[in-house]
Amino acid sequence: MRRKSFDCRRLAAAAAVGGMSLLGRAQVTEYQQHQWLNTPAASSHIGNLTGRPKAAAMVYRRYCVVCHGELGDGNGESAQWVDPKPRDFTLAIFKCRSTPTGTLPTDEDIYDTIARGLDRSNMPPWNTFTRQERADLVAWIKHFSPRWQTEKPGQRIEIPPEPEITPERIKAGQDVYARVQCWKCHGAEGRANGPSASTLQDDLGRPILPYNFAEGGRFKCGTTDRDLYRIFMTGMDGTPMPSFADNIKPEEAWNLVFYLRTLQPFPSKQKEIAKPLGLKPINPNATGP
Amino acid sequence: MTSSRNTVLAALLSAAFLLTFSSSASALPAFARKYGLRCSACHEAWPMLNYFGQKFKDNGYQLMNDRDSPIWQNPSYWPATFRITPQWHRESTDKVSVDTALTGLQQITSHGFDLSGLDFHTGGTLEKNVSFYVLPSSDSSGNFHFETVMARLDNLFGSSWLNLKLGKFELDNLISEKRILTLTNISGVYQTYHFRPPNDSNFYGQIGDNQLGLEYMGHSADDRTRISASLLSSNDGQVGLPSSNGYTGFFSASQAFDTGRLGVQRVGFYAMAGEAPTYFLTTSGGPLATPFGNAGGRGNRSFSREGFVGLFYLGKLDFLAVTQHGSDSAYFAATPSIPANTPLPAGTQSPTWNGYMVETHYVYNPQLIFIQRSEFERVSQQGLPGVASDTGNLNMFTFGYRWYPIMNPRAGFAFHNEYSWLRQRKTAPDGSDLTSSSLFLGFDFDF
Ligand code: HEC
Ligand code: HEC
Repeated sequence: MRRKSFDCRRLAAAAAVGGMSLLGRAQVTEYQQHQWLNTPAASSHIGNLTGRPKAAAMVYRRYCVVCHGELGDGNGESAQWVDPKPRDFTLAIFKCRSTPTGTLPTDEDIYDTIARGLDRSNMPPWNTFTRQERADLVAWIKHFSPRWQTEKPGQRIEIPPEPEITPERIKAGQDVYARVQCWKCHGAEGRANGPSASTLQDDLGRPILPYNFAEGGRFKCGTTDRDLYRIFMTGMDGTPMPSFADNIKPEEAWNLVFYLRTLQPFPSKQKEIAKPLGLKPINPNATGP
Repeated sequence: MTSSRNTVLAALLSAAFLLTFSSSASALPAFARKYGLRCSACHEAWPMLNYFGQKFKDNGYQLMNDRDSPIWQNPSYWPATFRITPQWHRESTDKVSVDTALTGLQQITSHGFDLSGLDFHTGGTLEKNVSFYVLPSSDSSGNFHFETVMARLDNLFGSSWLNLKLGKFELDNLISEKRILTLTNISGVYQTYHFRPPNDSNFYGQIGDNQLGLEYMGHSADDRTRISASLLSSNDGQVGLPSSNGYTGFFSASQAFDTGRLGVQRVGFYAMAGEAPTYFLTTSGGPLATPFGNAGGRGNRSFSREGFVGLFYLGKLDFLAVTQHGSDSAYFAATPSIPANTPLPAGTQSPTWNGYMVETHYVYNPQLIFIQRSEFERVSQQGLPGVASDTGNLNMFTFGYRWYPIMNPRAGFAFHNEYSWLRQRKTAPDGSDLTSSSLFLGFDFDF
């Protein structure tokens, strides 16, 4: 499927990044979905749990159908009031993955997302389900799309252990932020006001804002340092937020994580260590392709 | 409702009626609209909460994402919901003293079309982590009172273990009477939450009534563990400092367990302990008179309630269970209560009793639910000498269904049909058993 990795030339026309990848709706019928219900590909495996799709049918109807729709196409009755739009499960494109851009997420990825919810959206944290109920929901979500029938989830990206935080690493992280041009979207100080910020669109062609580090909201895809590492190394498919797996080495990625933490408004070890450095925000004019 | 002659029946029914229709349930399309959710997300069947709804409430009517703040709402959004229930109902009591006819006791049955009271719910967040609820509620003739008025500071210091609520609110009852699914004159309240032995005059210890006070509440992020403690004025939620300077404490704790496909089971415990006046310095008309009739309460005496609660889910079937023990000071054994500045009459003891209740639901799907409930109240010690040990013992059964043909993020509509039956030992005017029944058909809706 479609891959969205970082590419400087493409970024120059960031507005088009979203526009170009507008996807047609997958042609999926209820009949097909019914067939897929009974396939092994539509079950889920999370640790020692096996999720069965049918077991989640009622739960989905009670809690999810209002947004994600009977056919999982994101056309529930509330969809018209909700922005960003509920996910269309027939396309099987997910923002939160531990797998490379363009690939299917693992069952755990979806399982974790359901309980976490997606901040800056109407998707609430569903952490009241039992683990089994959540595993069943993952399976149910998988029965909506043909992709789960033909593709395997991507290989989990490897995340080396988190190194010690040092002033040098934070400084180096800032250099990465400048070099790979996170700032073009996220802004020199992480305030979501980079030169491309106002032009961005998601795959549905709807305006989308970059994350504002200075506001410090919860990340959609997890709050830990490892989650943050994963977010920019896998990208958020369906949005202009690219994967940097090809541009940032694992060692550098940790440096970037440390730097990003200094942009957020809460106290952190990174901030403390960065303080004496007196880091100046990057100078957009001094960098660039 | 009844002819004015039938004072006993009228009193009985109007008591039940008041209770029924002041038990203002909370099912808020206002919340559903705000978040784009269906009622079924938060309600097992509205108004009864499910676990997700309980968590939402415990978080201060917040889903715990950035959409909780009211700035996300369209300026024309108004967090208001009306609920009312037009109905036909039939009430019957088997032994009522009549004063016209030939002899003492007769069965009286009344039926006809009627209305419930109106609940006008408003609630939500004033700001992220500051929530409120204001509920003016009327009886069926349109007389309003404040059923709930509260503001709450949520997640203080960023901790879900620190929430403070001030105002008039429902006690932290896991099985909420304000969200009861049964609506007849008999079943519209949980008997177990209001029962007192015959002659017992302590109405301050009613778990089911909204109370005035300050509540601390804390819970784990996923709401599996919950605790709360509140300090209440001993006045059963009546405004205007009507009774005394007495206070009541209420404590509750519960823990939920993950049981795979069966769902999440929960068990809990609660206790109430307080003191309330046994006599008043002025009765109605005095300089200190209040809307309540009397003031300057004196001679506080104690009372207590302790209960165990369970919520058990077995797929489409679920069970709510409560057992409660109640005990009142001997000074409350008579009506009116025995002034604490006078000696107790010989043989007077503290009335004690136990209540048991099981409510079963079969949730065929989120839009159709079958309900049954059985309640048993047993007096274990009569307060006054010479009263037969089983006097006042009560059995109540009810069954019915609610069908929600409309369920969307804007409104809720239920067709409600139910039959209830109640028998109380030796409480008829002639000292025999008193039985009543209630049949209900109605449209229960909110928007
Ligand atoms: C009130 C609307 C709403 C309801 C109800 C809802 N969702 Fe969502 N969901 C959304 C929205 C909106 C998104 C997209 C958020 C975004 O793109 O940031 C989403 C996205 C998702 C995703 C995609 C995550 C990713 O990595 O891209 C999954 C999986 C999901 N929802 C599962 C569920 C499940 C399971 C339920 C029911 C238990 C549910 N949702 C109920 C609105 C809702
Ligand atoms: C082409 C524009 C663009 C570039 C370049 C870009 N981002 Fe983003 N980023 C976005 C958008 C848009 C979002 C919001 C996605 C959403 O809300 O669904 C986002 C979201 C994020 C988030 C929040 C993720 C979450 O789970 O909520 C992080 C963290 C992030 N970006 C980091 C980075 C880093 C680090 C870089 C550089 C290595 C970078 N971004 C480069 C557009 C961009």
